[in-house]
Amino acid sequence: MNDSTSIVAAPRALESEKSRSQNRAAVRRATNEPVGVQIVLIALALAFLGLFLLVPLAVVFAEAFRKGWEVYRASITSPEALAAIKLTLLVAAITLPLNTLFGVAAAWAIAKFRFKGKSVLITLIDLPFAVSPVIAGLIFVLLFGRQGVLGEWLMARDWKIIFAVPGIVLATAFVTFPFVARELIAFMEAQGTEEEEAAMVLGASGWQAFWRVTIPNIKWGLLYGIILCNARAMGEFGAVSVVTGHVARTNTVPLQVELLYGEYQFAAAFAVASILTLVGIVTLVIKRIVEVRAHSQLKAGSG
Amino acid sequence: MFRSAFPSTLFSLSLAGSALLSGCATQPADNSASAAKASGTPLKLLNVSYDPTREFYSDYNKAFAAHYGAKTGQSVAVETSHGGSGKQARSIIDGNEADVVTLALAYDIDSIADQKLLDSNWQSKLPQNSSPYTSTIVFLVRQGNPKQIKDWSDLVKPGVQVITPNPKSSGGARWNYLAAWGYALSQPGGNEAKAKDFVTRLYKNVPVLDSGARGSTTTFVERGVGDVLLAWENEALLAARELGQGKFEIVTPPQSILAEPPVAVVDTVAKKRGTETLAKAYLDYLYTPQGQELAAKHGYRPRDAKITAKYAAQFPKVKLWTLQSRFGDWKSAQKTHFANGGVFDQIYTPGQ
Repeated sequence: MNDSTSIVAAPRALESEKSRSQNRAAVRRATNEPVGVQIVLIALALAFLGLFLLVPLAVVFAEAFRKGWEVYRASITSPEALAAIKLTLLVAAITLPLNTLFGVAAAWAIAKFRFKGKSVLITLIDLPFAVSPVIAGLIFVLLFGRQGVLGEWLMARDWKIIFAVPGIVLATAFVTFPFVARELIAFMEAQGTEEEEAAMVLGASGWQAFWRVTIPNIKWGLLYGIILCNARAMGEFGAVSVVTGHVARTNTVPLQVELLYGEYQFAAAFAVASILTLVGIVTLVIKRIVEVRAHSQLKAGSG
Repeated sequence: MFRSAFPSTLFSLSLAGSALLSGCATQPADNSASAAKASGTPLKLLNVSYDPTREFYSDYNKAFAAHYGAKTGQSVAVETSHGGSGKQARSIIDGNEADVVTLALAYDIDSIADQKLLDSNWQSKLPQNSSPYTSTIVFLVRQGNPKQIKDWSDLVKPGVQVITPNPKSSGGARWNYLAAWGYALSQPGGNEAKAKDFVTRLYKNVPVLDSGARGSTTTFVERGVGDVLLAWENEALLAARELGQGKFEIVTPPQSILAEPPVAVVDTVAKKRGTETLAKAYLDYLYTPQGQELAAKHGYRPRDAKITAKYAAQFPKVKLWTLQSRFGDWKSAQKTHFANGGVFDQIYTPGQ
């Protein structure tokens, strides 16, 4: 949506600026294209948007309800679907606090302090973004698999990591690792260190400055990072697909969608997919609200 | 600066949520066999299988659980995992703890045996090469058979699009490939070079290589790609029956390969988990009339003569030949055709 509205809005903004500085009669449009061309371009943008975003969204729900509400209800309340939902929530519940804790600590260190190896740390944080999720999954197979580096040691103790819940959690945590940190680093760097310095000068300890100055200042940015992290944690497919055993016990919601699709249960697959889609839509709405708050907080902080 | 109670409420909510969830998480306890017996909870069994057996084993697991429960008083919960046969074997090698494997072809179980997870003579432990049911490779075409596909030779005609999965990852695809190769070998004047040429031309007609049999069926049936799907007979029966009555036809060629999908207990895992007796009983039940009938219902050719006679209408007569008769054994077929740098790698060039 943003892109298309800004295309339309830009000429108007320029126009109003010009009309202020120039004689009204001399106003020229910011673009020279005839109205026809503009309409065609806007129509193209909207058609593209509709085709690639709205139609697929509608299809998910249309397919989900194709066999009626009863089938839909039965599909999302089947033991397998419930197990998948439970596991997905569990994975998010473990992953989010860990990555939040790490994200805040890393962002705080990076944005507020100078130290050796800082650029290395920043690069490392980005690693999961750069690596394909499939590789992320395979890393854990190579580490914890039966033939892996730690495989025999784990087997001897009967500790199951891959093809079990811990593997799913690890893979998800790896993939969603950078979200909170990345968001906060930019946020904290924009805010600078003046407020903390002022607090220190007034006698606050480092710990006090962190809790009473830094944390309140970043809360919206933090929330924004957590929301993105959560969306990815619940939606991750590639990495968990490598470490799952393809049974109900180790299926998250995205894996369950694929499984059902493979079993020719298309209505059920799309019913479960609609849950993920709803999570996505809710995420976007909350994200939008938080974004506005974060922006105003950033402005208030720096202004 | 703008402040509100909103974020803190949200945080406490999410904290409460995660506390609740971690509470739930501790409930599904680890089920070691002895603990399960003591507490009377169901004994768990994991069957790692290949792609098109989903519907069959879903029914079979219920039947077996009822049978075993009635016989021993022990309740059983069988989990079944499905995927490309090669991929599934790989997951067991990587540590997926399957009590039993029911895969598409013997080579995949051999490669698990190579890792000392079960005896190398596993195939002699159960009757009939440890294959309680068989299948073959047939053609699924669109209603009315618009391209007039009747025999293997029709697959290489220009303009015919053939759908088959990737033989590197799919067991069914390897049977497809070998069936085509074997057909070419058996033609008058047939030899290795002619067979290679035939299969090369066949794969030139393949627009999509999915990783498993199920993916290929979906491509053909749901996405409407291709003129003919090379499929397991059971998969073709399922597609023709359940996915679109009146939309597809099964063409059984005059000759095809006898596909023997084998089953085995993964000894080391079953021993460790204390499921040896259960796992053996699970596989033995496949050979009983009840097991055979279920297999036949789901489109697998049963071994039992009585059941075969009962389902004769479902399985047209076809000249079936074994892999051993034209390729020696799976190990050499695998090495020649599907290993890295093997014949398949030489003939299949993506995007051509």
